[in-house]
Amino acid sequence: MNALPWLQHLITVPVLLPLLVGALLIPVNQNRHTLKFVLSLTSSVLLWLVAVALLLLADGEHWTDGIGVYLASNWAAPFGIALMVDRLAALMLVLTATIALAVLVFSAQRWDRVGVSFHSMFQFLLMGLNGAFLTNDLFNLFVFFEVMLAASYGLVLHGYNLRRIRAGMQYIAINLAASLLFLIGVALIYGATGTLNIADLTLRVTQLGAQDAWLLQVGASILALAFLTKGAMWPLGFWLPTTYASASAPVAAMLVLMTKVGVYAVLRVWLAVFGDAAGALGGFGLAALSVGGMATLAFGAIGMLASQDGGRMAGYGAIVSSGTLLAVIGHSGGAVLASGLYYLLGSTLAMAAFMLLIELTERIRPPGAALLAITMEAFAIEDKPEDPVGVGIPGSLAFLGLSFAACALVISGMPPLAGFVAKFSLFHALLASAADPAGSVPASTWVLIALMVTAGLAAIIALMRLGVRTFWAAGAITPPRLQASEALPVTALVLLCVLLTVQAGAVFDYLGRTVDGLSRSADYSARVLGEPPVLRVPAAEGAR
Amino acid sequence: MEIVIALAVGVMFGSGIWLILRPRTFQFIAGMMLMSYAVNIFIFAMGRLWVDMPPITPAAGVDPAQYADPLPQGLVLTAIVIGFATTALYLVMMIGARGLTGSDHVDGEEPR
Repeated sequence: MNALPWLQHLITVPVLLPLLVGALLIPVNQNRHTLKFVLSLTSSVLLWLVAVALLLLADGEHWTDGIGVYLASNWAAPFGIALMVDRLAALMLVLTATIALAVLVFSAQRWDRVGVSFHSMFQFLLMGLNGAFLTNDLFNLFVFFEVMLAASYGLVLHGYNLRRIRAGMQYIAINLAASLLFLIGVALIYGATGTLNIADLTLRVTQLGAQDAWLLQVGASILALAFLTKGAMWPLGFWLPTTYASASAPVAAMLVLMTKVGVYAVLRVWLAVFGDAAGALGGFGLAALSVGGMATLAFGAIGMLASQDGGRMAGYGAIVSSGTLLAVIGHSGGAVLASGLYYLLGSTLAMAAFMLLIELTERIRPPGAALLAITMEAFAIEDKPEDPVGVGIPGSLAFLGLSFAACALVISGMPPLAGFVAKFSLFHALLASAADPAGSVPASTWVLIALMVTAGLAAIIALMRLGVRTFWAAGAITPPRLQASEALPVTALVLLCVLLTVQAGAVFDYLGRTVDGLSRSADYSARVLGEPPVLRVPAAEGAR
Repeated sequence: MEIVIALAVGVMFGSGIWLILRPRTFQFIAGMMLMSYAVNIFIFAMGRLWVDMPPITPAAGVDPAQYADPLPQGLVLTAIVIGFATTALYLVMMIGARGLTGSDHVDGEEPR
């Protein structure tokens, strides 16, 4: 018996655990919310531990080339579905689990009680996210996208009110349409190449005839439309600010992660299929990605300046961060990828913290707000639960102000926090990769850098205005009441941003190894397609 | 047969696009259903069009050209199930929105 080493099974845990816990939570009565919360929290802690373990395994010597492969149902790739974890996937798993943990602790105070099945949907969302990071099969990616989206539909509507319904109608509609595009793209790619396994695609893309190559390009472009709708590239991202602004705070923080899944999927497919090894098709569509990214960047920056409330501003901030990533990846590909991933880490953490923070700052009531609250009560608008009662943490205003400033620094890319390190290294990598031997840099690089600087300026102006209005001009006399379980996740996320800055060297080393591994797409094909299924003990003669 | 399939997919998808651009939720969901039919047939056709060929092969010693491609059939089945579930979900949402806003406009309010 050639049994699989147990460590190998860890790869399936990020998918299976949330699925099982989510299903287990459904029959539990809503009144027993402590039990639900404890189960959900246990699952999230375990997920975090597994994600960290996978990261260490992928970065260590455990697997050849740092790529772990798990053949679902023991079918050899490309016939079955292969789950694959490499440094990039492990990094995304850790990021997801970290934010999920923070969000879950934050929601414990009151948000998980506004509607039913919050924890189940939360676990299913985690399952979809983790699955999308782990899978190595395009159709399986579609399935996990749908799991993630279905859970997010429910979560966007969590705390059912008029505003959320209106936003949800558009959010669901656009994603249903995008899912159809996803299917068309997948079908075209299958029609052209005869495979949906990403590692197998890497090999086949070089052997395609002219007609099939053309079909593959059409398919991949349509597929990219579906990914970029999630990643909110202009002009596919108009749904995002409204959805973010109307979703409840913990859900909005998780939605920040979901835009990154779109970017991740583009990265994964493009590096594997249209990488340097693809011959004539190498680098297909990157120019379009770059232009689209720049337009997204400009759109997000203008939107940030134009938005009045924090939720919308954060939504446009997420668009800016998506746009930056897409533009730099499209512009310089692998050369800037390490900096791009660092930017992704910093901006996602800060953005998630910011989403949580906005909800807390809204408790700083200006004197006129009490009247508004009464009016809203008269119209029976119950969009959020009661503010928590009981003893809050001391110095809540100072805490909110400091966290706000830290998030604003990271989002706008000002020194000294992670946002600055990320932008600086992006500029450095862009200039270093673009310069030809004569030392001149093409105009498009300058345009991109100028756009990023301008977007940073727009972000700092918008955030400063919001900060001044919230903290100084609000005229609040009584400090808002915050519970420790609400302040803790925000603090943790902000501290992680600080840690990311202090440990930038170590993080960049890891990201360097990640990008190095990603650039060798042949390794992936060899590892995934070469993974042997577990052999069964031959059945005894006559037993059949 | 190719022409008929292509026309069917094209007409259904085209009508679907027109319908999802309409302002009422019912029109939207009808459009989505038409589009998902079109997509399902499209996926099916991507396994090439066959007539009278079984998708399941016996154990060994066969010419694969004599059998239909079973994978798109599996894909279509999954796509149908997922499409069905998400359509049902939107239907629930649509009824909820109708009840809460008193309007079946996709913006949740009548245009002024």
